[in-house]
Amino acid sequence: MDPMTVDLAATPVRDLNQALHAPEPEQRWRVRNPRGAHAIACGLTRPLSVEIDGHVGYYCAGMNQHAAVTVNGNAGVGVAENMMSGTVRIRGNTSQSAGATAHGGLLVIEGDAAARCGISMKGVDIVVGGDVGHMSAFMGQAGRLVVCGDAGDALGDSLYEARLYVKGAVKSLGADCVEKPMRDEHLTELAGLLKAAEFDEDPAAFRRYGSARRLYHFKIDNAY
Amino acid sequence: MCGIVGLHLREPTLHPRLGELLAAMLGQLAERGPDSAGVAVYGDPVLTPPGRSTVSLLHVSDTTPLSEHLPDVKTIPLGQTTLVHAPVTTDTLLTAVTATLPGATVIGSGTGVAVMKGTGHPADLTRSLGLAGMTGWQGVGHTRMATESAVTPEGAHPFSVGPDQCLVHNGSFANHATIRRELRADGVVFDSENDSEVGARFVTHQLARGADLEKALRLLCERFDGFYTLLVSTADSFAVVRDAIACKPALIAETPQWVAMASEYRALAVLPGVDAARIFEPEPEEVYVWTR
Repeated sequence: MDPMTVDLAATPVRDLNQALHAPEPEQRWRVRNPRGAHAIACGLTRPLSVEIDGHVGYYCAGMNQHAAVTVNGNAGVGVAENMMSGTVRIRGNTSQSAGATAHGGLLVIEGDAAARCGISMKGVDIVVGGDVGHMSAFMGQAGRLVVCGDAGDALGDSLYEARLYVKGAVKSLGADCVEKPMRDEHLTELAGLLKAAEFDEDPAAFRRYGSARRLYHFKIDNAY
Repeated sequence: MCGIVGLHLREPTLHPRLGELLAAMLGQLAERGPDSAGVAVYGDPVLTPPGRSTVSLLHVSDTTPLSEHLPDVKTIPLGQTTLVHAPVTTDTLLTAVTATLPGATVIGSGTGVAVMKGTGHPADLTRSLGLAGMTGWQGVGHTRMATESAVTPEGAHPFSVGPDQCLVHNGSFANHATIRRELRADGVVFDSENDSEVGARFVTHQLARGADLEKALRLLCERFDGFYTLLVSTADSFAVVRDAIACKPALIAETPQWVAMASEYRALAVLPGVDAARIFEPEPEEVYVWTR
């Protein structure tokens, strides 16, 4: 059956989102002409498939639960922010704060992600085909961030427990973020994430970074 | 918040559409700054005729004293802004304006740029200016959500404080009071307490001291604290720079026909050929300059 097609050149985003939130929505959706509109396909709670042709604005697929949202284009600030489950795939690049505070699910960015990718991530898996900008995984608490390209300044600054895998160069590590050895369980975990993201990369080419856990406790030496 | 748009047209056949495209871009970002707005248009032969200098003014009701002082002055009232142009040098026209229109605030001057701004919704401003009918090779615009100083026409952007130079800013400078004090000690005169004006005065000051646009913006990065995405334009250039944290949004799109910058993609989506454009976010503290 053909997907339900919505043309945002003719239909307001609110109408689209209300249709996606209906008690028994269609299972497959195709969205045309997003033209950078904000909050497309936000707050979905059912295992729908939504494919968007074009560039989206802020907060696309935010708070996603169970749905599979694909953007055939770039995404603006905060794509898949606070996602709980499901899959969000961006075929192009994303702006800052992709996957911010997300608790679960898989966010795949085939291009580059800008600054603060995975900021305060709380359990989401994020796999980026290209580079990530500065302060990615800032204050990350749980989940995995995989970067097939390079990472910008201050990767993993003030990290709690998220695990970071980077294939390319890391411009600098943030406070309390350190390189850690790649053990077998990490290679296995990374291979699974790359497979889920459908990226043909060799896990052995990556390095692992994580928290040194030196910021967990108050240090009297730091007091004034 | 605030919204920035800018369009640098490489393709001359698009020059007649500059105002229409700029108005459409600005309209997309009205929600980012609904309290006031402004635009600068480069190369409109009606607003800035060749062989004449143009000064953009606020708080002018009658330009008769100027016309009596200088021959062949033309006045163009555009909403809250008034443009005057005359076949004299920019300095001569500015001196005459200061002498004859003491209540006026100069918001732009030069031989190639018209600066127009005012309070109220951006859509009202573009309508009252007839922006869609304007032409030229380059334009910048701003929608303002005021944080650092009052909502007044002179607090709206662009800030144009040097010949044919404009600066639009999204963000807030933290140390503007210190830098204003330093610039005042160097003899620079300010119109307002606005933080963005300090950025514009700083750039103009550096350009006047011989720096090129790229160097002036590098010096700005070294000296200013705070948040900023800046779009700076001159008689021949178009430049973008962001602070080290880069939390204020910016997108650049480039095609063989044009270079455009906007706070959000939806403002770029109105441009012809955007589907084939190279679209990227400017890197923090990297200066991007395009020259005509």
